[in-house]
Amino acid sequence: MKYTLPVLALLVALLFAASLLIGPAGLGLGESLHALITGQGGPVVLVMQEIRLPRAILGLLAGAAFGLAGAAMQGYLRNPLAEPGLIGVSSAAALGAVLSLQTGLAAAFALALPLSALAGAGLSVLLILLLAGPRGGALALILAGIAISALAAALTSLALNLSSNPFAAMEIVYWMMGSLADRSMTHVWLAAPFIALGLAALLSIGRGLDALTLGEDAAQSMGINMARLRWTLILGTAAAIGASVAVAGAVGFVGLVVPHILRPLVAARPSHLLPAAALGGAAMLLAADIATRLIAPDQDLKLGVLTAIVGAPFFLHLIWRMRRVEA
Amino acid sequence: MSLLSLDKLTVRRGVCPVVDGVSFTVQPGEFVGLIGPNGAGKTSLLRGALGLLPHEGRSSLSALPAAARARAAAFMPQGREIAWPVTVETLVALGRSGQPEDGTAVEEALRRMALQGYRGRKATALSGGEQARVLIARVLAQETPLVLADEPVAGLDPEAQIRTMQVFAGLAAEGRSVIASIHDLGLAARHCSRLLLLHRGQLIADGTPAEVLTDQLLADAFGIKGFHAMTPEGPVFQPTEVLR
Repeated sequence: MKYTLPVLALLVALLFAASLLIGPAGLGLGESLHALITGQGGPVVLVMQEIRLPRAILGLLAGAAFGLAGAAMQGYLRNPLAEPGLIGVSSAAALGAVLSLQTGLAAAFALALPLSALAGAGLSVLLILLLAGPRGGALALILAGIAISALAAALTSLALNLSSNPFAAMEIVYWMMGSLADRSMTHVWLAAPFIALGLAALLSIGRGLDALTLGEDAAQSMGINMARLRWTLILGTAAAIGASVAVAGAVGFVGLVVPHILRPLVAARPSHLLPAAALGGAAMLLAADIATRLIAPDQDLKLGVLTAIVGAPFFLHLIWRMRRVEA
Repeated sequence: MSLLSLDKLTVRRGVCPVVDGVSFTVQPGEFVGLIGPNGAGKTSLLRGALGLLPHEGRSSLSALPAAARARAAAFMPQGREIAWPVTVETLVALGRSGQPEDGTAVEEALRRMALQGYRGRKATALSGGEQARVLIARVLAQETPLVLADEPVAGLDPEAQIRTMQVFAGLAAEGRSVIASIHDLGLAARHCSRLLLLHRGQLIADGTPAEVLTDQLLADAFGIKGFHAMTPEGPVFQPTEVLR
């Protein structure tokens, strides 16, 4: 058990390296590493520094964000079925992105899409804070999140419905599947500060989540400030998930499945699950992104499709096992 | 120096007061039993005193900042929630969160509740009564001068009930204090040093078990009659029949 974190960290490091070294350009190992580090070698440098490095970094960051936010959300709601999208941030960020595609803003300048996705995420947080209020409990938070998700999804459908340009509609559909392909370092610089802030906020609430194992009353009587815990959770999740969806699209299942897989390895302790889920999420997203390149290099297989196709059956398997234990 | 003082504590649900102007003080070394029929306001009184519910009047505990309150009083809520399959030892150690920890407090709490053999077991896989004992151990591990427990012995087997009452009486003998809401008047009569009787949100009696469990007060608050006796093993009380 005490090897969980080092092993996961090693796995992430290996997958990160693999993500840098595997790709359609078919570069040699020594050649690509040399180009990445020294910056000398013509087109190889371009491939490494402008294509593969941002892709690997974004996989790492977004994966960590999905995994950690999932673990934090499950810990706060004391429900293993919770996932980071529950508070509506992902759907709202997706809506922002879709609107920028629909209006043609995304084609006008490169960062319009992630910026409008971030704006969507920000707006949803304001709505959540308004609805779930300073004294609102967990139930108010869930209901507000469901309402916002439903509204954002409806507006996304409306945008698709009214899209007069079939190419824009196609682009929207593809974007919503989630992908890390063709991202630049500019995307990294845009998303990294938000994700880093969000991750730091979420990692800080471990003690509160541990105490919450015994319920809200017990946690409060042990000195946990529930209002502050909820603010930290909402703002941290919004920053990390909003920025991740803005650059990677709506990649599902990582935040739901990863905490599940890792919970038994950390003896179910919420505070220990947080860093483990961050590493596990990064590993899962990096692995899935590498798989999209290996399985169908010419087909542009989308990341979100792959995580759902692998994640959903795996989830079914977990439920199957849980059913046997509880029966 | 009192461990808890309430001054005209009032807790409202809507406009209706469920705790109505309750005042009392708890000194070190008391084992206080909080009794009263269902809906009398026992839980609301405990939660209000801790500041978990908005209230009027004054409570010395709810006036404290959260961290200081966690060092002054530990609370075992009525809902016995254990959300994750953590080990018994981990769960009991949660009582130490935010305080310096060397393992002795957890060890002592496990010993007092006779849980040493359970430390590696998953808390969610235990029976309801065993879980209650683990949760009591968590409260003990917090090592506060005052312990508030909401129906700590409900659902325990007779051995665990008596053991829990003895543990609480033992804390009182060490100069700490316990306030426990309790429905078993026999256990309350036998082990508590003082009883508070709540009826419709008001404190209608406050004194030793003999002073509180009188025929008149029992009839007023609970609508029951009981049998009293002083035996060589101590006071015995058994509710016998319903009056209304």
